[in-house]
Amino acid sequence: MRSAEHMGADLSWTTDTPKPILVLGLGNILIQDEGIGVRVVERLVEHYQIPADVDVLDGGTAGLALYDDIVGRKHLVVVDAIDNRCEPGTLITLRGDEVPSFFRNKVSPHQMALSDILAALEIMGEKPAEVVVIGIQPKDLGTGLEMSDLIGNQIDILVQQVVDELRRLGYPTVTLAH
Amino acid sequence: MTKRIVVDPMTRIEGHLRIDCEVDDGKVTKAWSSGQMWRGIELILQGRDPRDAWVFTQRICGVCTTVHAIASVRAVENALDLEVPLNAQYIRNMIVAAHGIHDHIVHFYHLSALDWVDIVSALSADPAKASQIAQSLSDWHMNSPQHFKQVQDRLANFVNTGQLGVFASGYWGHPAMKLPPEINLIATAHYFQALDYQRTANKIVSILGSKTPHIQNLAVGGVANVINLDSQSTLTLERLAFIKNVIDELHDFVHKVYMVDVAAVGAMYADWTQYGAGVMNYLSVPDFPLDTKGTQFDMPGGYIKGGDISTYQPISSYNDSFFEDNVKEGVKHAWYQGGKGALHPYDGETIPQYTDFEDDGKYSWVKAPTFMDERAQVGPLANVLCAVAAGHEPTKRHLTTLLDTAGAVAGAEIPVAALHSTIGRHAARCVRTAVLHDILANQYNLLIENIGKGDYSTFNRPEFPKGEVKGVGFHEAPRGVLSHWTVIRDGKIANYQAVVPSTWNAGPRDDNDAMGPYEASLMDNPIADPEKPLEVIRTVHSFDPCLACAIHMVDTEQKEIVKVHGVGSQCGVSF
Repeated sequence: MRSAEHMGADLSWTTDTPKPILVLGLGNILIQDEGIGVRVVERLVEHYQIPADVDVLDGGTAGLALYDDIVGRKHLVVVDAIDNRCEPGTLITLRGDEVPSFFRNKVSPHQMALSDILAALEIMGEKPAEVVVIGIQPKDLGTGLEMSDLIGNQIDILVQQVVDELRRLGYPTVTLAH
Repeated sequence: MTKRIVVDPMTRIEGHLRIDCEVDDGKVTKAWSSGQMWRGIELILQGRDPRDAWVFTQRICGVCTTVHAIASVRAVENALDLEVPLNAQYIRNMIVAAHGIHDHIVHFYHLSALDWVDIVSALSADPAKASQIAQSLSDWHMNSPQHFKQVQDRLANFVNTGQLGVFASGYWGHPAMKLPPEINLIATAHYFQALDYQRTANKIVSILGSKTPHIQNLAVGGVANVINLDSQSTLTLERLAFIKNVIDELHDFVHKVYMVDVAAVGAMYADWTQYGAGVMNYLSVPDFPLDTKGTQFDMPGGYIKGGDISTYQPISSYNDSFFEDNVKEGVKHAWYQGGKGALHPYDGETIPQYTDFEDDGKYSWVKAPTFMDERAQVGPLANVLCAVAAGHEPTKRHLTTLLDTAGAVAGAEIPVAALHSTIGRHAARCVRTAVLHDILANQYNLLIENIGKGDYSTFNRPEFPKGEVKGVGFHEAPRGVLSHWTVIRDGKIANYQAVVPSTWNAGPRDDNDAMGPYEASLMDNPIADPEKPLEVIRTVHSFDPCLACAIHMVDTEQKEIVKVHGVGSQCGVSF
């Protein structure tokens, strides 16, 4: 099994041109369903061969530390718990004009620094051409590593959404044999 | 007439901090600092393998991941009396120094500069004049009229799209904004340059830590970096040379941009040296160990009472009982079960007892730590004052440079005592960044020298005894003293408490009803417009608040703290 340790772009020091696509899982795994974004990218690298032009990163709840990972990308696919005041378990995808409001409003606990990053990149003319946020309305947000069954059972569905998105962008993944 | 103002949320990054003030005659007369979410991350660690604790603790906060990892391995090593190989100390020290430089640059430019810099005013600046002013202060290569014009044009385009709200808390044009347009333009240009340099600093953390935001190379007993100068997958000569280049690149930004900007902005807001002192007992811990046992350090630390440097008492080693014996946490005004008085962290309890926000009762999820039974301020200001008291040459040198530059801009000599203030905390953070850069370069040299002697060791295997052992790991983190306390029984964690910097500074009143540093620092702050309390934000931001670790992310009341009108709502619910 490959784990989160192998996801980092640890060779980024060798080059200043990053891969065109970043799949960024966000969330705090210590707070039950809050960690869904991280769990999805873990499952993604475990079950799929990631195309050479795609980086997959467990971003945790980092803020401006992610600037280095986002700058210079063509496409950014974010996976996160989204509080949209929906029924728990509701799948939510935000695109285009919906994305800035997600990052600007207090919908996710980590969005404020990300909104700063994207705004700064826009001013400098280096913003990713497309940003997609794939997420789910969380159910349980207590202290603990265990996710609720309702949300935990949908990890594979979210992984599939990321895979579909990568295919749409022209980067099909290959399922690993288990 | 007394008016109550509530600022909530206070941080531009994670964590909910609520500040309440009573304002009378244009001045703050009472203040409360309240963490609005429950913590309890420590409970996850009970019963786990102490060797894994750091992997979990670095998830406590997204901003300070590295610091919780470092404090955690040190706590377990302290409990086991385990020595750490020199190479591992140097590698950890470089990660810590680079992380600190990254964090301080981000704090000044991206999380607090806009409290002082009016970004809209920069649009009316004369780029040629801005360049002239900037060049009179520094020979930084990006202070040209062309560069300032380019930034101004890009900013104008962005403002025209109506998105500026992302950047500032909306205080441009506030009567407390005092900088001329040209200084605002210089600072705005450096805001964008700083994005690149914080990134540069973070590269060192990425390379040595294998990955950011969560480093992977730590281990109880050392680091997992294998030193093999020829192998591709390990710490090679090529990677070390790259790190050396990054260190050199950072030097000019720290000295020609950050130091100069803080001195100039500080000099133009000299009135803010009169506000924000608050609690003047200062606590810092020594860091950057130079030996395997943690008895010699590249940066000193200790305790200063009542703002008087002559009272300085050093903390001399990882086993110094002066630190270990004198920390307590009280919960009289925090939402936890109490009644036992302030408790030592080894005996600490975290049992929630929520009431409403009670001005004279319980009002925060943050506990109230004390040192020698008194409140203490932690952070770069405490770090710098203690280092000066200890006679630490690099700190004294960089502080003198900063005060001289500020004095030249202000046209008056600025004494060290001016540091006991809101603006002084920014100055101290900047001085500390210059010191961290010296330490980074020094630790690099020590590592290369030690490898040159043929020592490739990076790890000592921990052995866990039967029965109970206890340990504390401390770290002078970017926001100040961080300590992790662990009790280990038969090789498993029996108790774990993290006393984090923001707990020291943001804590509520203590068991003797004495105010915490945030609260005390707000007293007598001027408030020009209670509807737009920019002055409150300036003072609290000067501490670099980050409550993600002091508290917990869940809003237990599930109440809406910020009213938002989301375009992205897909359920037809307006929220």
